[in-house]
Amino acid sequence: MTSTRAARGTADTAAVRRAIASTARPPRPGRLSMALAFGWRGMLKIKHVPEQLIDVTVTPVMFVVLFTYLFGGAVAGSTQAYLQYILPGILVMSVLFTTVYSGVALNTDLTRGVVDRFRSLPLWRPAPLVGALLGDSVRYVLAGTVIIVVGVVLGYRPEGGAMGAVAALALVVVFSFGLSWVFTVLGLLLRSPNAVLNGGFLAIFPLTFLSNVFVDPATLPGPLRAFVDVNPISILATASRSLMEGRPDVEAILISLVVAAALAAIFAPITTRLYRSR
Amino acid sequence: MTTDPPLAIQATGLVKSFGKTRAVAGIDLAVPTGAIYGVLGPNGAGKTTVIRMLATLIAPDAGSARVLGHDVVTEGDTVRGLVSLTGQLASVDEDLGGRENLVLLGRLLGLRRSAARARADELLDAFGIADAATRLVKHYSGGMRRRLDVAASIVVTPQVMFLDEPTTGLDPRSRNQVWEIARALVAGGTTILLCTQYLEEADQLAEGIAVIDRGHVIAEGTPGQLKASVGSGALRVRLLDDSRRPQAARILQDVVGTTTPAPDPAALTTACADPERAAFGVAELARAGIGIAEFSLGQPSLDEVFLALTGHMTEESADTVEEQAS
Repeated sequence: MTSTRAARGTADTAAVRRAIASTARPPRPGRLSMALAFGWRGMLKIKHVPEQLIDVTVTPVMFVVLFTYLFGGAVAGSTQAYLQYILPGILVMSVLFTTVYSGVALNTDLTRGVVDRFRSLPLWRPAPLVGALLGDSVRYVLAGTVIIVVGVVLGYRPEGGAMGAVAALALVVVFSFGLSWVFTVLGLLLRSPNAVLNGGFLAIFPLTFLSNVFVDPATLPGPLRAFVDVNPISILATASRSLMEGRPDVEAILISLVVAAALAAIFAPITTRLYRSR
Repeated sequence: MTTDPPLAIQATGLVKSFGKTRAVAGIDLAVPTGAIYGVLGPNGAGKTTVIRMLATLIAPDAGSARVLGHDVVTEGDTVRGLVSLTGQLASVDEDLGGRENLVLLGRLLGLRRSAARARADELLDAFGIADAATRLVKHYSGGMRRRLDVAASIVVTPQVMFLDEPTTGLDPRSRNQVWEIARALVAGGTTILLCTQYLEEADQLAEGIAVIDRGHVIAEGTPGQLKASVGSGALRVRLLDDSRRPQAARILQDVVGTTTPAPDPAALTTACADPERAAFGVAELARAGIGIAEFSLGQPSLDEVFLALTGHMTEESADTVEEQAS
């Protein structure tokens, strides 16, 4: 009965009055449920704006196919042997690319004024950020799963079995959760979502190529090899490879986790501060 | 315990600068509870900055402000629990559906899942957006979008609401609806601080108005007082031939009152309280053979209020005049 006027697309003042009168302020929710509500928002965005996920998955899938069939024979003797080498690395690459979008999404919220809405609510202040990154983690899992599935279809066989693949994916997702805080800082500092996208890829693209994701660094000239060996992306790729092969490299895994924790410890507080003051 | 209830908003000497620009240069406000209070000013006068400080989004450089007795800096969290923000600056999420936006806000404010859904449906229904509940907000029309913005601000009814230019860019019908909603909110006990560039809007809704210009309050009072101080009406004339404007200005100045050129090179505005004098002035123009494209008698516009209060036009229209003159 309230909807006879409403159905024609106008506000029904009597119903508005009733709606205004009918609420008492509920008790404040806990921090976790606030963060989870923002996580739910992130999932809805995956559903409504799937293009972003497709963007970041198509490139790595292209890399798997191109590199395997174009360079596989030359680099590793056979396409299958090369696929066996690069797939864990491409898994790292695809998920790390996705982290850039955490910064892009935050910047989009900022430019559209959604952030001001959230900042005017009585919330636990980091909730929007923690929640968004929880939602993004789902995105990371999806992006990683796509790569593993494509790899398996092309003939990749993880010696560590399904458990190894899941462990590698979990490690990469945890690392990405840490790395995303770098891009949320970028997202709060730069002017437009595009600037974040370009800046993010400008940083992450060379770092990915100057790692052991695509080639074994044994053949590289000295200084380059020294850089590749300490590049955290190499270490993460090594760790992910070791897990998928069923021979966990404990040192690489630990270093990856420490780097992730360090990134979060440094950049999460900066993000929270910037978010509060922007 | 018979002390007066605290003012809804009390600001003293608020100052905020961005770089070298002093956006707000010492503003005092005293807004009583239970009414709409208008802050009237052109773009860039500092309205939005004042709201952002009152809603705890930015901290003032100097001065202080209290919302229902709570300091916006030291008791920010309490203030956020009392206010809500609508308009140009606090938006809903365009990549979500209307219902999803409201459910999200309900959850964030502490409603249980089922209660948040029920509240969202109730609001969608009341605001006439039930049909578009699942549509993504980026596909909404301007009027629907604005109604959703307002609905989003009353998921839990706030005690103080900031409405920042709620009708800018809306067609008259949507504008009237937003006004109706604002009146309904006040009837429900909410205090509204309304920022607007339209004198008519402030006149329609507000019990008190502060006019601000370049970060200062330059006049304050009821709409009636304000209009009385600037002359209760304005005769606007647009000529067929803009080369006759100086001549027309002299005639109107003589027979009606203070006449100023409008931004439109063929148009003139004359302060005029008496419809008969206005009619006489128009007749004089016709007698002098000056062709009239249109004329109207109405409330003074913000520009005219500004001209009367400050002796200069709003900076935007001054720019337009200069551009057209050069």
